[in-house]
Amino acid sequence: MSTTQEQEVGAARRRKEDAHLITGQTTWTDNIQLPGTVHAALLRSPMAHARIRVDVSAARDEPGVVAAYSGADLADELAGLPSAWQVTPDWVAPEHKPLAVDEARYAGDAIAVVVADTRAHAVDALDAIEVDYEPLPVVLDMEQAMADGSPLVHTDAGTNVCFRYADTFGDLDAAFADAPVRIRRRFVQQRLVACAMEPRSVLVAPVPAAGEYTVWSSTQIPHFVRLFLAMLSGVPESRIRVIAPDVGGGFGSKLDIYAEELLAFTLAKKLGRPVKWTETRSEAFQATVHGRDQIQDLELAADADGRIRGLRVDLLADMGAYLQLLTPAIPLLGRAMFPGIYKMDAYRFGCVGVFTDKTPTDAYRGAGRPEATFAIERMLDELAAELHVDPLEMRRRNWIGHEEFPYTQIAGLTYDSGNYEAATARATELFDYDGLRAEQARRREEHDPVQLGIGVSTYTEMCGLAPSRWLGERGYAGGGWEAATVRVLPTGKVEAVIGTSPHGQGHVTTFSQLVADTLGVPFDDVEVIHGDTAAAPAGLDTYGSRSLAVGGVAVWRAAQRVLGKAKTLAAHLLEVSEDDLEFSGGNFAVRGTPGAAKSIQEVAFAAFAAHSMPDGMEPTLSADFVLEPDDFSFPHGTHLCAVEVDTETGRVEIRSYVAVDDVGKVVNPMIVEGQVHGGLAQGIAQALHEVARYDADGNLTTGTMVDYTPPTAADLPSFVLDRTETPSTTNPLGVKGVGEAGTIASTPAVVNAVVDALRPFGVVDVPMPCTPENVWRALHEAQGGAA
Amino acid sequence: MTRISVSVDGTEAVDEIEPRTLLVQYLREQRGRTGTPVGCDTSNCGACTVLVDGRAVKSCALLAVQADGAEVTTIQGLANGELHPMQKAFHEHHALQCGYCTPGMIMAAVDLVGEVADPSEQQVREGLEGNLCRCTGYQNIVAAVRDAAAEMRGAS
Repeated sequence: MSTTQEQEVGAARRRKEDAHLITGQTTWTDNIQLPGTVHAALLRSPMAHARIRVDVSAARDEPGVVAAYSGADLADELAGLPSAWQVTPDWVAPEHKPLAVDEARYAGDAIAVVVADTRAHAVDALDAIEVDYEPLPVVLDMEQAMADGSPLVHTDAGTNVCFRYADTFGDLDAAFADAPVRIRRRFVQQRLVACAMEPRSVLVAPVPAAGEYTVWSSTQIPHFVRLFLAMLSGVPESRIRVIAPDVGGGFGSKLDIYAEELLAFTLAKKLGRPVKWTETRSEAFQATVHGRDQIQDLELAADADGRIRGLRVDLLADMGAYLQLLTPAIPLLGRAMFPGIYKMDAYRFGCVGVFTDKTPTDAYRGAGRPEATFAIERMLDELAAELHVDPLEMRRRNWIGHEEFPYTQIAGLTYDSGNYEAATARATELFDYDGLRAEQARRREEHDPVQLGIGVSTYTEMCGLAPSRWLGERGYAGGGWEAATVRVLPTGKVEAVIGTSPHGQGHVTTFSQLVADTLGVPFDDVEVIHGDTAAAPAGLDTYGSRSLAVGGVAVWRAAQRVLGKAKTLAAHLLEVSEDDLEFSGGNFAVRGTPGAAKSIQEVAFAAFAAHSMPDGMEPTLSADFVLEPDDFSFPHGTHLCAVEVDTETGRVEIRSYVAVDDVGKVVNPMIVEGQVHGGLAQGIAQALHEVARYDADGNLTTGTMVDYTPPTAADLPSFVLDRTETPSTTNPLGVKGVGEAGTIASTPAVVNAVVDALRPFGVVDVPMPCTPENVWRALHEAQGGAA
Repeated sequence: MTRISVSVDGTEAVDEIEPRTLLVQYLREQRGRTGTPVGCDTSNCGACTVLVDGRAVKSCALLAVQADGAEVTTIQGLANGELHPMQKAFHEHHALQCGYCTPGMIMAAVDLVGEVADPSEQQVREGLEGNLCRCTGYQNIVAAVRDAAAEMRGAS
């Protein structure tokens, strides 16, 4: 008999994941050492665009070298890499070979590979490769790339435009005609680098006689890697096993099918030995996808009291040199999110995807939604300033009231639930909004050289990507379901097999809590199995804040199925009707008959022994569930940021940051807080610290941790967090995603604060990142000075 | 090849190595101490931090030959029968997510607390400036280090 359990859901359970991570007993891909492994190193083009002739023959004579190939050598054996989201029928999707054949199209484009007995030998031998680079004109700027006569990234395509997309909702002309207030702004979403702490790594071990392959990869998406390796190599999917072992962060950058994965697979097949490749950090900056990189032209029309009439959005989105897995779709994931939490009569969204000679872009934490949220939240502050209305009051005049949910917004999304009033009330209280406004007024009056700015962000985001039908209608090749299996073993221990693939999010802990509550078993009795296509064959992996809202619901449903079967069997064993049983604390007890009970562990053993089963019931206590999400869920929150800006040096310091998030029901508040902390750090990094910058020749000049300046502990404040709780109505757990919320919310909160500090000086925008230099320039330009 | 004699996590060994071998490569590839990961190639991220004769060192910034005769402690040698207070505090405060920076962060924090027994929040933040974390936003790391410092003060 099990004892009564405490409620697991809602408890700040310490993570099961930690034990091996804090003791160094880890299995990062690069840690795996197999006998006979050879190591691959890649030669990458130092030029952003060049015709190449590559001769690797001398490298083959170098010490320890097993093989060396140019792109031309492998042109017939290596398929092009996939882009799985055709955003328009007439998109341009140029071939993307893992090793460039005739032309390199960005600095870092791989052009040759050496395989040697040690990594050092492979790297050494790269120097022996002879390459003729014939420089070609480089195009880096999106507007220049679209101009007539621009150099082309892909000559055969005849254009640098990847796609043009536009949608209009409502009567835009009517909304803008005679509008008393019209505000136009251009915002630049600078290019960012995810910088997951673990660089990418892949190891492919073949069993040549059987034609079987085991692939370890530092990836968010082992199931997709398996699928695409099969499709691209011709090896049957059933003979490929992909394992995502310990994975050191991803943030979208490992949501991809990479050249090196296909290359290592092809080389392992060709050489009949294990092949390993591990990225250096310098390579990661060049060859792992970048994020953001949009130019946003916005126009907002409003009534004299600030009620929004319409919003016009025109984006240029930098694809980089090639399309990776989801590249063109990223800006379009923001398509419906520019309206934010606000009501309006009309909305237009237009986007042009543009190729440039730079590293390809793809998902980075938030993927299209941070860009949209930044734009609308910045515009709300601009509108408030224009009309001399407090920015929180301006939001109140336009947001969806809590009594209006579910609410179908202008772009057609139905927001499931929310209470913007409650989150905002709590945030203003924690922040001492009025007190800080008073201090700001005082400092302005006193002409304090250090001014105080207050930034607001009342964000929402679309998470739980996505109903499969929705994805299919928009050109995505895959679906949005998630799979789970829950089984109670003969000893009463429980295994939950999940299709999501965590890399820091704590699924093992969170899902253990869900299963423990459902089956009434101890938290420690639940094991969660993931990230191995042999052990968890069905799944669509981890991205888009989907793992709990979709995957967690699948686990819960599977556990419910197990419970249902267990109840039927318990009734059979106890010779009563199921209606006579009540389940609590892991026990099926016969109502009114003390002592007549079966624990779920006893039932599991009975199901295993199968000596006495109801007619037609299959032995063992196990169930699968494949969950198709009904719709997205929409977490939201109010973030308030106070910054001090030194008007003499341009230095920005965050003085306080309050985040009140509403992510629906919470399974583990400690993990949720951790996700918010990390998300805030990355959003603040965009606002204040980071940019992937290129020189005129297309060299990435911020290609190390020193130059790219990801924030250190000394750069960030302590955050004040709280939550409100408005359950989602699109899933039975009432949960919403939280992985991206902090990042989405914080960037505009910080930049709004910086601009707010400087508004008395005539500043209406500061380009990101708001470094001392950018702040100083904005100040001087606003004051008519030459910056 | 050069001969070095290094104690790693309490185990003495004499090895022949290429002189250019970095300490972290030696630890990972020749001594199998893969608990210490590599996060960059410019000595900025701190993921590979270990203790050399008790002081925190980025093991990518030291040649293995420079550790000749030294006592190296990695994350795998920190627990002495039971978890080190710093390890416990990282767990208790949810000071790690993906865990890749964690070995270096913990070793750097152990060194920091050895220097400053009762560090303020600001001292922890500045003391760990050489160790990057991309997951946690550092807040829980700071709390963990201060908590472990209190525990270590009490124990001594």
